[in-house]
This record gives sequence, structure tokens and C-alpha cells, in this order.
Amino acid sequence: GLLSKQHLMDVRLRELPAWLATCDFSPQGLLGGVQRAWISYYNKYINVKRGGPAGISMLLASYCLLSYGWNYQHIKGQRWRKYH
Amino acid sequence: MNLSFFDQFASPCLLGIPLILLSLLFPTLLLPALDKRWLPNRLSALQLWLLNQITKQLMMPLDKKGHKWAMILTSLMILLLTTNLLGLLPYTFTPTTQLSMNMALAFPLWLATLLTGLRTQPSATLGHLLPEGTPTPLIPALILIETTSLLIRPLALGVRLTANLTAGHLLIQLISTATLALLPLMPTVSILTSSILLLLTILELAVAMIQAYVFVLLLSLYLQENI
Repeated sequence: GLLSKQHLMDVRLRELPAWLATCDFSPQGLLGGVQRAWISYYNKYINVKRGGPAGISMLLASYCLLSYGWNYQHIKGQRWRKYH
Repeated sequence: MNLSFFDQFASPCLLGIPLILLSLLFPTLLLPALDKRWLPNRLSALQLWLLNQITKQLMMPLDKKGHKWAMILTSLMILLLTTNLLGLLPYTFTPTTQLSMNMALAFPLWLATLLTGLRTQPSATLGHLLPEGTPTPLIPALILIETTSLLIRPLALGVRLTANLTAGHLLIQLISTATLALLPLMPTVSILTSSILLLLTILELAVAMIQAYVFVLLLSLYLQENI
């Protein structure tokens, strides 16, 4: 009961499996988790009165990293290629 | 035969999901929904200002009937701006380099302007096929020419956007390859090439924004003729 109410950052490492058991892994649950994560990121870094470029830059950097990961199988072949 | 230079335009798949889906959905994260407040945060304030400028610029030449097109034209402008600019980041995929996507944007919108004109003012729309003051012997030829230019508009719209972005991306890739290849051999030439690369990147930023604007502007012009 008390464990499920804590946020992930407040859960101790040894309590992690127990906390994961209380999570809702249905599609709606996952979607709700993603939405809560986005809203908390947005409210912390972007939806502030005197925000700077940091919030958006972190988002763009993570987009670049995600695109790299998506392309990885294709880019792997470029490593030892002699002529590009 | 360098097949790899064009590989950047092939949409890679991960677990069966193509990257084009991610690149089309990601801009929605950058455009936050408006709160109930008037000035929510700096990002929203900037975007609202930009949206106002775009809407004013596009809707000024149009009369009241054309203002019904405001939402679709401004959202198209925002889509093209964001997808073009995001494509300049490393490893990202630009969906507007695909001719299929640009034709899918250009053709229905052009057809909508044409059909609007044919429905509301058919004789005026057909009258656009002959410019005023043409000498009588030239009339048949000119009607054929104007009809061709009318029918080629969606193709021109789509191909213009595709070609500009594809060419820019290819040039960036070529020149960066040259810079890296020259670095161990002739460092001074490599530095020269990297300065060319910097200028080219600035040009590509400008081209990304200008091409989005030109696409939407031409559509609004076609709308002006027909509404």
C-alpha cells in the first residue's frame, strides 16, 4: 500500500522489485506512466517562468540519441568501410 | 558507386517501427499545449508570437472567405518548419526529404484550391487560363501553356521541397566526408573545408525555413486566385 504511492526516485534500491510488482503494466497503465513522466519533465524544466534553452536542448539531445539508437544497425556497417 | 550517400534518406526500422513515425510525432512535444494562463512560459510565449507573425503574414492578402484556411495553412507551416529544422540535427531523419510525403501534402491542398475555385467562381477560374491583353493569334497556344502550368503546380510544390532538402543534406554529408578524409593528409585544406561546412550549415538552416515558407506562401497564392 505505502510502497506503491512512492515515486520512483523515493524508492530504495532493495525495495525496487517489490515496487515494480505494484506497477500497472497494462497498455493504459504504461501510457499513463509515460504521460506522467512527460508532464513532470515539462513542469520541471520548460513550464517555468524564466526558462532557458536547457529544457528544450535536453529534449533535442535525447531525440538525437534516440535517432542514433534507431539507426545503429545501419551505422554499424560504416565503421570499417574504407571509402564512404 | 557510392550507395551509402543516399542511405541517409532510407527510413530505418527498429522492431518494425520506421523512424519516420518518430520524426513526425516528435515535433508535437516541442509545441506545448496552451494553459489557461495568458503567458504560460517563455517557450509558449515565443511560439505564440511566431504563430501570430505567420498568421498575419499569410492571411493579409486573403479576404474573409480565405480566413477559413488559416488553421490548415499555419499548421502546415509549423509542421514543415519543425520537420525541416529538426532534420539538421545529427542522426535525425527528415521526413520532408521523401517525395511521397511532400506530394501527399502538396497534391490534395492544391486540388482543394482548384476545386474551391471551380465551385464558387468557375468562369473566373477558367478565365485565369488566359492572361489579359494577349494578342489574338497567340490565344490557343497560351491557353495550352497556362493549363500545363496549372496542372504542374502540385508536382512543382512537392519536388521543390524534396529537392532542396535532399540536395542540402547530401552536400552536408559530402563536404563533411571530405573534411574528415583530408584531416590526416592536409590539415589546412581540411580547415578550409570545415569553414565551407559551417557556411553550408548556416545556408541549410535558412533553406529549411525559407522552403517551408515558400510552400505555404504558394498555396496561399493559389488560394487567392481561386477563392
